[in-house]
Amino acid sequence: MTDWLTPEAWQAVRLSLKVSLWAVAVSLPAGILVAYALARWRFPGHGLLNGLVHLPLVLPPVVTGYLLLLTFGRRGTVGQWLDQIGIVFAFRWTGAALAAAIMAFPLMVRAIRLAIEAVDPKLEQAASTLGAPRPWVFLTVTLPLILPGILAGAILAFAKAIGEFGATITFVSNIPGQTQTLPSAIYAFLQVPGGEAAAARLVVIAVVIAMAGLFLSEWLSRLIARRIRGT
Amino acid sequence: MLKVALRHAFPGFTLDAAFEAPAGLTALFGQSGSGKTTIVNAVAGLLRPSSGRVTVGDTVLTDSDRGIFLPPHRRGIGYVFQEARLFPHLTVRQNLLFGHWFTAPGRTSDLSRVVEMLGIGHLLARRPAALSGGERQRVALGRAILSHPRLLLMDEPLAALDQPRKEEILPYLERLRDHAGLPILYVSHSTAEVARLATTVVLVDGGRVTAAGPVADMLSDPATAPLFGSSDIGAILAARVDAQEADGLTRLATSSGPLFLPRVAAPVGAPLRLRILAQDVMIATAAPQGISALNVIPARVRDLTDSGGSVLVRLEAGDQVILARITARSARALHLAPGLAVHAVLKAVSVAPGTIGFSAG
Repeated sequence: MTDWLTPEAWQAVRLSLKVSLWAVAVSLPAGILVAYALARWRFPGHGLLNGLVHLPLVLPPVVTGYLLLLTFGRRGTVGQWLDQIGIVFAFRWTGAALAAAIMAFPLMVRAIRLAIEAVDPKLEQAASTLGAPRPWVFLTVTLPLILPGILAGAILAFAKAIGEFGATITFVSNIPGQTQTLPSAIYAFLQVPGGEAAAARLVVIAVVIAMAGLFLSEWLSRLIARRIRGT
Repeated sequence: MLKVALRHAFPGFTLDAAFEAPAGLTALFGQSGSGKTTIVNAVAGLLRPSSGRVTVGDTVLTDSDRGIFLPPHRRGIGYVFQEARLFPHLTVRQNLLFGHWFTAPGRTSDLSRVVEMLGIGHLLARRPAALSGGERQRVALGRAILSHPRLLLMDEPLAALDQPRKEEILPYLERLRDHAGLPILYVSHSTAEVARLATTVVLVDGGRVTAAGPVADMLSDPATAPLFGSSDIGAILAARVDAQEADGLTRLATSSGPLFLPRVAAPVGAPLRLRILAQDVMIATAAPQGISALNVIPARVRDLTDSGGSVLVRLEAGDQVILARITARSARALHLAPGLAVHAVLKAVSVAPGTIGFSAG
């Protein structure tokens, strides 16, 4: 394995997996909450929230990265405060995870929102007449029914996070072992003479991860959907 | 006792209804769109009325004057919806215990009792997708009962079922009404269901309550009876199985005298309620001779009401009321008048099996 992949490239693959897993794991509860709010609640600022969530999808990634730098950089508005309690995003792998999470958030929310909108509110009404308080209705009825959607959203977000490049390199740069994710490594290899072979190997890995993610998502969704339909 | 007073304005429709539902089964009867479901949803807490008051016994569920509005999960009201609304991701057993888990965790004896009453023991491991419509509705009923409600709401629970499936569920509803001691508010637009199940009827029209009273009175009162549909008008008789006779007939005892019907599948002594349609009753001023009809009941004319070409005659027999629909010409020819002693004639086969229900007495 080490013959085929240089230690530097191998490091980039592992870092990418770590960054993407953390990005999805930490943003998933927020994604479910936002999707639920957008699907089921009517409140002032509904349109604004929807716009904000989708903003990273339509902004140039470099703009998102720059905005992250302004906000979460060491001298950024929020970054200053976080620095004092020991949380640093700038030029760390945590920053790469933050960038990946924000870039993947719209895809995650869209998938989960679709699943929530497909749940008949009449079932939730029935649960409440049976004595279930609102949070329990969500946990025992809504959540199990939207599980395929959550899963699809999470895997889609993971694939997006693996591939995130523009916002990441703008926000946390391209430091091997620290912030050099798989796409950043491919980019770096392509910048040096004779790096095409190493870049090509990483491209193969990227394709394999992406395809595996898609297949896994399809398979799990079908499995859960079958279980829910009870057939 | 459930007491309801509601006022709520929708675009193009105003609900302004007040009624009381005593013990037993109270039917909210009216056309589609008359506001029955809206009333039931407001009682359940799924709709917050702009003003009103809803109480069950001493418990205030809604009181707009005092700003009280209990959320649905704190009302203790079971709700059986028209489309069973079973949770598709749970088994029948898990569905049944869903409300039980929130209202009385730990009491496991209830499940077997309800499962036995509804005959759904063989379904417990299945998912709702693998159930027939009738089975689904029985499970929904069991699920509501197992949430230990103080009141049961049913919104046309039989409307989506075909006749055989209805017949399958009606006995369970009768049992529930008579043995569970649970007040039931039952939405229906079917006269047959109301006649068979209700103890009290509340007529709803255009968002208002137009009349309310005991079912036998409502169905035989010429003022309210036509609202149940002209071919469905008929009196309700309380009866008791007296004997099963050798030639396939069942003799029933009523306060109006004995009644003979084709075999009724009920043990001797069982209380029954019969619905006798007004169009199946003939009137004779003298005791008829040489007639095939088995049931000739002495009666007295209470009153006559003109109803569009035909005449609705209310007869008193014993302490019960029988309705007869005859032509205006027959009424004139027989010189029918209040107080006249007559005979009500009823063919044994004209009491359809589906109109016979069990009753608590």
